[in-house]
Amino acid sequence: MIVPTQWVLMLSAVLFAIGVVGVLVRRNVIVIFMAIELMLNAVNLSFIALARARGAVDGQVVVFFVMTVAAAEAAVGLAIIIASFRNRSTVNVDELALLRG
Amino acid sequence: MGLIAVGIAAVKAFAVLMLVLNMSAVLLWVERKGSALIQDRIGANRANVFGVMPLNLGLLNTLVADPIKLLTKEDMVPAGADKLLHFLAPFLAVFPVLVTFAAIPFGDELVIGGQAINLQVAALDIGILYVLAMSSLAIYGVVLGGWASNSRWALLGGIRGAAQMISYEIAMGLALIGAVMAFGTLDMQAIARAQGHHFFGVIPAWGVIYQPLAFLIFLIAGIAETKRVPFDLPEGESELVSGYFTEYSGMKQAAFMLSDFAESVVVAGLAATLFFGAWQVPFLFRDGFHFPGGVIVALPHLAVVVLQIVSFTLKVFALCVFQILVRWTLPRYRYDQVMDLGWKYLLPLALANMLVTGIVIVSIG
Amino acid sequence: MTMGAALFLLVAVATVAAALGVVLHPNPVKSAIFLVVTLFLLAIVFVLLEAHMIAALQVIVYAGAIMVLFLFVIMLLNLQDDDPERGRHRYVLRGLAWLGGVVLAVELALLLRGATMGGGEVPADYGSAEAVARSLYTDFLLPFELTSILLLVAVVGAVLLAQKQRRSSLP
Repeated sequence: MIVPTQWVLMLSAVLFAIGVVGVLVRRNVIVIFMAIELMLNAVNLSFIALARARGAVDGQVVVFFVMTVAAAEAAVGLAIIIASFRNRSTVNVDELALLRG
Repeated sequence: MGLIAVGIAAVKAFAVLMLVLNMSAVLLWVERKGSALIQDRIGANRANVFGVMPLNLGLLNTLVADPIKLLTKEDMVPAGADKLLHFLAPFLAVFPVLVTFAAIPFGDELVIGGQAINLQVAALDIGILYVLAMSSLAIYGVVLGGWASNSRWALLGGIRGAAQMISYEIAMGLALIGAVMAFGTLDMQAIARAQGHHFFGVIPAWGVIYQPLAFLIFLIAGIAETKRVPFDLPEGESELVSGYFTEYSGMKQAAFMLSDFAESVVVAGLAATLFFGAWQVPFLFRDGFHFPGGVIVALPHLAVVVLQIVSFTLKVFALCVFQILVRWTLPRYRYDQVMDLGWKYLLPLALANMLVTGIVIVSIG
Repeated sequence: MTMGAALFLLVAVATVAAALGVVLHPNPVKSAIFLVVTLFLLAIVFVLLEAHMIAALQVIVYAGAIMVLFLFVIMLLNLQDDDPERGRHRYVLRGLAWLGGVVLAVELALLLRGATMGGGEVPADYGSAEAVARSLYTDFLLPFELTSILLLVAVVGAVLLAQKQRRSSLP
């Protein structure tokens, strides 16, 4: 192992926090979506690091599944965004508030 | 890694880079003269020295005059363009294409002074995945070039390019998986070596015999990936001026053109490696020719290696010329036809090919 | 410090910078490009951690497919820079979000610093396509089949959602 596992985990923590902030501060739904992808990747990184520390590939297989689910999520999520943009002509989450009673 | 190993690696990388770049330049000549031949014109013949053969065949035009012209042209950046991305996009288009060739072997081992040199720049055990990864990055040059130009034509070209390349990448990847299943490895040098034997002692066991359908799908998807006619929707001049590189001039436009040609070379290189026996010459083994019927012609090691490299180069060149012939023979598809072909025909066919390959492999054992 | 550790630190700093770019840049296209850079750098980190197969998949799936889809949608909708936020408490709220982010990062880092890792031995073919595939098709076979069904559902859902006109079920 070239660096202590803790370093990699800290990088993962920082990336995850940046993703959380991105979801909180941005109003563009696509950018919020990208911030979520960032969080997923931060978690992937810690899976890879821990798999390396344990010497087992299970962690890498989990990352494989995360990628698959992320791809499915992106396809459906972007389709929803396109459909809502067609109806409302906006991607600003503050203006997409029809469900707020 | 010793200094010698670094030197060998550098020489190999340089040789492969030169192979791709020179092949692209020669293809430009073949394209201009070939299209002229097909359309009953004379073609490039303006720049020549004394009109002597073969200089009056347009070689000077395409190899010397065109590059000089492009290099000295004014480099325009349209108003309102995103300067940084406009500058970066041509590099993003060329770079992934050129590094793809690192995983493609151009010969077997060369033994000099007791040291075996693997004639492949990067011996990756996941070679095919690497190729797919790099070819998927090539999209960004097209998309960002189209977006950063601040032009309607370019934007439309970029969007079309993104949709087309991402659609055909799936069919291409699945076709490659069929071949990977047949050979049982992702390592391209191992795939090349696996094609060295012969069926019934006469037919070379090339990938195209195991996987004819995969080859067809790969070739079609590959031509679509290079964005050439009949799939040149992203740059179709009669619809979008020149699509995503409308707003480029001079060397940057040349970079986009180079990436098109280099992509053709990469597709041809992949097709040659996976389906046409890579550097294998029929009946040529490590110690010389073993013809059916027991005739053996012994050859020195160096001659065998040179024959292998020449064979690989010729196969790549032949496949490139084939692509150019397709380009000047077929008309352009409509956009919906391009999407239909990719999603409704090639994708299911590639899946069926995988299924059949899997069943055959399991039943043979 | 070894070469590997220095390389890791360099890549880590670049990754964090690119990730900040995703969150801070007002233009969605630039955000997406920063995310592509982040994902590519993460693939390099994966290679440093000897996960070669996953690194290649990261580039193919994330950088090569998912992010192109994002860029495609942003360009299709022709989105420009985000409007500056309105509302009375915008600076307070924004500051609170950043504060929360910093607290989260510090807290996670402190938690993880104390974690003890089992130092497992790494087999020779660790991270190769073969090793990952063996685990995938034996121990994780059921999840694998379930994800393929999930993908099928997602494809059908995406096609249905993105259809231009939904044909009415009534005549």
